[in-house]
Amino acid sequence: MKTPLYLDNHATTRMDPRVLDAMLPYFTEHFGNAASRNHEFGWAAEQAVDKARKQIADLIGASPREIVFTSGATESDNLAIKGVAEMYAEKGNHIITAATEHKAVLDTCKKLEKHGYRVTYLPVLADGLVDLDMLREAITDKTILVSIMYANNEIGVIQPVAEIGRLCREKGVLFHTDGVQAIGKVPVNVETDIIDIMSITAHKMYGPKGVGALYVRRRNPRVQLTAQMDGGGHERGMRSGTLNVPGIVGLGEACAICHREMATEMPRLQALRDRLKTKLEAGLDELYLNGSWEHRLPNNLNMSFAYVEGESLLMGISDIAVSSGSACTSATLEPSYVLKALGLGDDIAHSSIRFGIGRFNTEEEIDYVAARLIEVVTKLRELSPLYEMAKEGIDLSKVQWAHD
Amino acid sequence: MAYSEKVLDHYNNPRNVGSLDKKSANVGTGMVGAPECGDVMKLQIQVNEENGIIEDAKFKTFGCGSAIASSSLATEWLKGKTVDEALAIRNTDIVNELSLPPVKIHCSVLAEDAIKAAISDYRAKQTTKTAAEQTVA
Repeated sequence: MKTPLYLDNHATTRMDPRVLDAMLPYFTEHFGNAASRNHEFGWAAEQAVDKARKQIADLIGASPREIVFTSGATESDNLAIKGVAEMYAEKGNHIITAATEHKAVLDTCKKLEKHGYRVTYLPVLADGLVDLDMLREAITDKTILVSIMYANNEIGVIQPVAEIGRLCREKGVLFHTDGVQAIGKVPVNVETDIIDIMSITAHKMYGPKGVGALYVRRRNPRVQLTAQMDGGGHERGMRSGTLNVPGIVGLGEACAICHREMATEMPRLQALRDRLKTKLEAGLDELYLNGSWEHRLPNNLNMSFAYVEGESLLMGISDIAVSSGSACTSATLEPSYVLKALGLGDDIAHSSIRFGIGRFNTEEEIDYVAARLIEVVTKLRELSPLYEMAKEGIDLSKVQWAHD
Repeated sequence: MAYSEKVLDHYNNPRNVGSLDKKSANVGTGMVGAPECGDVMKLQIQVNEENGIIEDAKFKTFGCGSAIASSSLATEWLKGKTVDEALAIRNTDIVNELSLPPVKIHCSVLAEDAIKAAISDYRAKQTTKTAAEQTVA
């Protein structure tokens, strides 16, 4: 076993060597511009892009013509939300999203608010799920778009996407979902999930960074987007810019591998994740699971280790890459807004660790991670005045803390 | 974020972890910070009542590595000092010793606050004790 160990697969994933192999010829050999229609270099590139388009479409139950290539999910989210807002401005100015969305969605919505759009940020239930009744009530005749992520990047909670899609279809509102954490991990199908627009990225599914796509439904209904990048009119006018052919080939191959292997990979990752949870619970008391257990990505575990601050915990397991919802690990010094949206106290958010298990993790690694965590949490609790107080029977929520 | 060697040393081998009897007249306890802010420090001093010298210091900290290191260092510095000398410890001394980055300066401020709170608790106890003795006399 080689350290450091990587269990931060919601942040990014190691590229699958098979993906790299597929990409390599497109740097130095087939380097043509996919928009060059009049020579072989261009044709080879275009052919590769067409193949990738099909591989992506096959994974999500779409048609290849519904795939628009972008630089990644942030751009896809921007294009989806701003593109709909601009295109359907005459129909309405209201957008609905949720408090636990990725910043690429939230900040895009905030930007639109400055331009006169109205945005509803739905709260979530304690398990992280959107309340469908609340969503139904939030939809007005001015609503043009609902943007709710498929699965959350911190707590792995999977939203009732098909129900949201059905509700949107019924109300004649477009439905965008940020699918980056779910695609390739769990079955995602734009038909059965009733999705109109979906953001995709390669680097969360063992593909390269810097390439993504947007699924844009072509029929029932036909979705139109105002381009946010002007230029040569690539991607049916929705996203100009010379296509990143090697990246696109990588995204396609990554999708093909996920599609082929999901049936075996999903239960394997889930078994590793469950093993980690069971071991941690056997070795430590006062652990809290953040987010729904039932509606959750098979490779996600997000737990709070009460009375221990997240950054100090990360420091103790410096040979293991995970992330924390602690304020100290963020640039803003604010604890995770996702965990706070679940109604958790800041102290629990400060104590949280997110584990993202991936294709290359092994059982041996999981056992090592569990053992290290138990060791470090035990040590830090001996150091924690809060643990001492709790053991003395003091109710920490009733203590008057000296704030400065 | 990379930690300085001294922060890592204090984190890996924290000095003077533990608790003193907070009811004892010659023990001062300072508890600063709040769980929702991600930092709580408990710092205790035990003062020799004959000569006013801090003969023992203990801490427990809930917080990041820099907070743990700041309080661990504080207990090291407190031992052997008089209460007045201890009051002269500044957070900037801790920042310099541990090479804390700007984003971690609040950890050193908290440690200074904890020292002051412990001393103030000790002094309050001494005043009460003196007053009680005078009443008895």
